[in-house]
Amino acid sequence: MADLKHTSTAAVSLAFAACLAVTGCAGPEAPEQDGGAEAAAADAAQADSFTIEDAWIKAVTEDEGMTGVFGALGNDGDQDVTVVAATSSVAGMVELHEVVTGDDGNSVMREKDGGFTIPAQGTHALEPGADHIMLMDLGQDLEPGAEATVELEFADGSTTEFTAPVKDFEGANENYDEGAGHSADHGEEGH
Amino acid sequence: MAPDAPTAPPEPERALTRRRLLLGGAAAGAGAAVLVGADALLNGRPTGSADPGGDARLNGAETVPFHGVRQAGVETPPQAHAKFVAVDLAEDAGAGQVRRLLTLLSDDAAKLTQGRAALADSEPELAVVPARLTVTFGFGSGLVERVAPEAVPTWLRPLPEFATDRLRDEWSGGDLLLQICADDPLTVAHAARMLAKDVRAFGGVRWVQDGFRRAYGSEAAGTTMRNLMGQVDGTVNLAPGTDDFERLVWGSDGHPAWLRGGTGVVVRRIAMDLDAWDRLDRPGREEAVGRRLADGAPLTGGGEHDEPDFGALTPLGFPRIAEYAHIRRARSEDPDERFFRRAYNYDLPVTGADGQDAGLVFVSYQADADRQFVPIQRRLDELDLLNEWVSPIGSAVFAIPPGCAEGGFVGETLFAD
Repeated sequence: MADLKHTSTAAVSLAFAACLAVTGCAGPEAPEQDGGAEAAAADAAQADSFTIEDAWIKAVTEDEGMTGVFGALGNDGDQDVTVVAATSSVAGMVELHEVVTGDDGNSVMREKDGGFTIPAQGTHALEPGADHIMLMDLGQDLEPGAEATVELEFADGSTTEFTAPVKDFEGANENYDEGAGHSADHGEEGH
Repeated sequence: MAPDAPTAPPEPERALTRRRLLLGGAAAGAGAAVLVGADALLNGRPTGSADPGGDARLNGAETVPFHGVRQAGVETPPQAHAKFVAVDLAEDAGAGQVRRLLTLLSDDAAKLTQGRAALADSEPELAVVPARLTVTFGFGSGLVERVAPEAVPTWLRPLPEFATDRLRDEWSGGDLLLQICADDPLTVAHAARMLAKDVRAFGGVRWVQDGFRRAYGSEAAGTTMRNLMGQVDGTVNLAPGTDDFERLVWGSDGHPAWLRGGTGVVVRRIAMDLDAWDRLDRPGREEAVGRRLADGAPLTGGGEHDEPDFGALTPLGFPRIAEYAHIRRARSEDPDERFFRRAYNYDLPVTGADGQDAGLVFVSYQADADRQFVPIQRRLDELDLLNEWVSPIGSAVFAIPPGCAEGGFVGETLFAD
């Protein structure tokens, strides 16, 4: 259900040394980058190897303020692909998170250093209780069945976007430090 | 299209499944007949050990295509287990919400029926045994009115009251029907739970009716079911793939445009007073129905599928099949007054002094319930000895919209201008 739109435009603010050293960043629109960015990419941009399946976003209200994006990230290329940043029109801030066991033994979420690396020809799962994309400062309710678009930026500066449906989900609460694990009560099933 | 399907030598089931998938997109008309043929072939296939493919031979791995011109679960040979879930939409749920709900439901049904986890499936391991899972969506007038109020079929309304009705609100009505059928009850339970979770934000469950037939593999495919009164139930039935079936089930005369490729369903909960039935001897039981209990053959002789001789008389000059016998009363002179039955038994735990709470989830598909079903029910309501032991306690009518292609959702035609 996730729609992918590759844009492969290099992000102007990022100039990864490794990227430059190898082939230069993909995409013609990198005017502020020096040197290597001018060269057209010989290799495919990371965005072009990226796939996502079964993407979804946990339904929340605007007041709840934040939620997670989940799905199976895939890489059908021969080089590792790393997601380094994400944005979304429905969120004022987006972070790439991991869930780790804190000093007190409880699960805590924190920003993941280096982002999500998807191995060549491999997958990387974004799941409740594990790595996920965190949408914060929501500007609207995310209601079940609605869709939201998330744009990803890769280590080589290329970008892509996908659309994910919003689903009711009772779990994925360990990250909601403000809500202390209590999401909106949707009531019990009627049978 | 796959003309070899009915005569093909046994193949691994995956191959057949794929073939049916290929056929699924063109399931209209003759295609549907071929689909049914392939299903029948699968279900009737001996479970020898010569087949390669290991787990592929398991019935649990069997899938029925979700996508297609028509929804699955109507012509699909009845699975062993069924759950009928009626949903009431929230009062403030409008067309936009209905669309979002149907999108979520179709997406999850498409996945689950193919043995894949639903989106955000909390128990994905339960999804991997589809066991011929089908999910069939039905729309009550309450749903259609919220999207296209001018496009409610005339027959999409509660059936008229019948004198024998003992209808209870808790088993009647509903805006949306989820008919969930599979050969495995755990599969049914998981699918129902995932779909019910999709519904939560848009409404609530109004009623759930669980039903069962013989377990998969217990008897030959195509055997007419028995109900809990011991009767062979459903002998005279429209047969998928026939011209009559096309016309009387899938026919779209008088249907609004959104319903073309669809049909209608009547779901009635028929309580059986089994304790009273116990007091009736065998000849009395057979006389009430007009068929032999042993094999379902008419009392005038022959086999199950032989025509009853309604003119035959006993030596004393009484009709061999009584005037009040169920099969005489259920038959109309008008060949259009027929429908396709796909019923399930129900049997709830005995509680207190009420005796056995058992009966039939009567399910019939027809293009126009008013024209096809109601006249027959009127005849039974007026006279049918079986009424002594059975009472309708629930009743609901739904439109079964056409199927959808991959990427679409069931009900999308309602939103077309």
